[in-house]
Amino acid sequence: MTSVATGLRRVGAGTLRAIARVGFAARFFVAVVLQTPAALRRIQLTAREIYFAGVLSLVVIMVSGLFVGMVLGLQGYDVLVKYGAGDSLGIFVGLSLVRELGPVVAGLLFASRAGSAITAEIGLMKTTEQLSAMEMMAVDPLARIVAPRFWGGVIAMPLLAALFSAMGVFGAYLVGVRLIGVDDGTFWGNMQASIDFWPDITNGIVKSIVFGMAVSLIAVFEGYDAHPTAEGVSAATTRTVVGASLAILALDFVLTVFMFRGLGNT
Amino acid sequence: MKRTTLDLWVGIFVTMGFAAIVFLALKVGNLASLETRPSYRIEAEFDNIGGLKLRAPVKAAGVIVGRVESIRLDPKTYEAVVTLRMDKDYQFSKDTIASILTSGLLGEVYIGLDAGGDTAMLADGARIAKTQSAIVLEKLIGQFLFDKASSDPASTSGAPK
Amino acid sequence: MAGASFGYDPRRPVLRGIDMLVPRGRVVAIMGGSGCGKTTILRLVGGQLRPQEGSVRVDGQSVPDLGRDGLFALRRRIGMLFQFGALFTDMSVYENVAFPIREHTDLDESLIRDLVLMKLHAVGLRGAAQLYPNELSGGMARRVALARAIALDPTLVLYDEPFAGLDPISLGVVGQLIRQLNDALGITSVIVTHDVYESLKIVDYLYFVSAGRIVAHGTPDEVRRSTDPFVRQFVDGEPDGPVAFHYPARPYAEDFGIRAS
Repeated sequence: MTSVATGLRRVGAGTLRAIARVGFAARFFVAVVLQTPAALRRIQLTAREIYFAGVLSLVVIMVSGLFVGMVLGLQGYDVLVKYGAGDSLGIFVGLSLVRELGPVVAGLLFASRAGSAITAEIGLMKTTEQLSAMEMMAVDPLARIVAPRFWGGVIAMPLLAALFSAMGVFGAYLVGVRLIGVDDGTFWGNMQASIDFWPDITNGIVKSIVFGMAVSLIAVFEGYDAHPTAEGVSAATTRTVVGASLAILALDFVLTVFMFRGLGNT
Repeated sequence: MKRTTLDLWVGIFVTMGFAAIVFLALKVGNLASLETRPSYRIEAEFDNIGGLKLRAPVKAAGVIVGRVESIRLDPKTYEAVVTLRMDKDYQFSKDTIASILTSGLLGEVYIGLDAGGDTAMLADGARIAKTQSAIVLEKLIGQFLFDKASSDPASTSGAPK
Repeated sequence: MAGASFGYDPRRPVLRGIDMLVPRGRVVAIMGGSGCGKTTILRLVGGQLRPQEGSVRVDGQSVPDLGRDGLFALRRRIGMLFQFGALFTDMSVYENVAFPIREHTDLDESLIRDLVLMKLHAVGLRGAAQLYPNELSGGMARRVALARAIALDPTLVLYDEPFAGLDPISLGVVGQLIRQLNDALGITSVIVTHDVYESLKIVDYLYFVSAGRIVAHGTPDEVRRSTDPFVRQFVDGEPDGPVAFHYPARPYAEDFGIRAS
């Protein structure tokens, strides 16, 4: 009897804690957004974070994009040619990259490459009291540390996603046209005929911006909220990668429903 | 890391990112094709548009000359009113026939224009008088079976009415 | 600070009614065993925490009643040395010391350079300006942090365990620096520490904190002569006394399942 009561109490307490955390995260998000002017005023700090989040992720993003595109080219051709639609390879590859794979896979890579680094960095700064020190120097760590990292991520992410998609299309071109021998003109022509800048590409960009915000927010929040110990920081880093990845996939579904269902041109 | 080196890298990164977006827009997508070209609108009424979708191409002799901009139902006549956004470079005579066609058996649905001989051209906002509706495959098959059934009753014991 | 109480968890107060006065221009030490709430006192003074009862005043201003802007204005006049220095690991020593100056003033680069080198010179590390924190020894890092704490010429400097983890030589150096800077710059210093010998050498007044209360206070001479059991235990470093060796626990026998039968 008492064990049931304790169990229930534990579940209740856990739920309350989780809800309180969500509340804190929301408050944190508002606070970060309010610090935006500070981050923009000192663009140098944000540029630094674009360097860390974007430039350093460049190689992994471009190489992955190339390979994903090449695999799509092979697999896609394999299936399409069965239905006599090998000519549609460009459409298939372009649409899947621009609409889904570009933002999503780039987002997942971004979460594990840059998100975890941001969390670990802020978490360690907290552990070594650098955040407290900053506060005591009358410098708001939200403005000096958190906001530039957040905006750096938000700016870097869509660019990375676009690079990923571009490299993917190029990879599919290499495999499809150069290797398999789909006609060059057909590949590009069909792709252009059925992929529209608006809404296909713009929606992809919107998705990547949303993912960038989600990943960056989760990363800075987990770092800021990390328990100031070595285990605390490592747990927070794990939570960033897992949480951000789940957030990307869930948001992708929601956004896809909103973006592509209402337009009647699936 | 020196400030200038860092700025240089960020600059390279941002430039590459935007180049990728431009590449997607121009090479992968069709931003360059019609969107920014001067255009005019014409309307066409159809009994049935079949599987016609927004942004479907409008072709004349296989060349894309415009796109479907909107589709709505006329509440009085119960006919579908399709607005076409046409490239200004291409003008069509007033007696042009618009038909809803399908490329291949299961391919995309598009509107085909067959130019007539009239010297007057379709102006912005004009309506195409002669149209031919979509051929709905199910109806066609139904029709075919029905014809079969009425001409040869003995062989239709299992066919639907 | 008068009658300030604070607890992270309301049921377990960390500080219960601390009364403390730190006169201008003096070096005051707050002593106590590990975990007795010393650092919490500093956080109250710096406004990072608010007392649940009582008041905290710095220079006549009630710290808990200050808004964000007031608090930030106050903190510009407070320097703080953190337990392990808390240097920004992604900046060089030079940038660390320059950080508060850059953040709060619009001085041009040559002036900042002169100021930073002066502060670093004061702690004897002008030559280490271009090193990074991970290239410094513990004692050097502490001195850099000290230079950073005094970068904006504060009127009050808070030291959180400035002596922890230092070898005797570095310890002596940091101790002397604290005293010298205090006298040379006319700062008020509050040192939180558990190092009795070093503090007795350099401070003007000591407070002993145990279990969230002030149990004794006095000048170094009074402390040396004191017969208070807590002070004696602390000064002489005896393992057992008013501060018990054992953390409160169940009776020994019970924990090991030994039962008198």
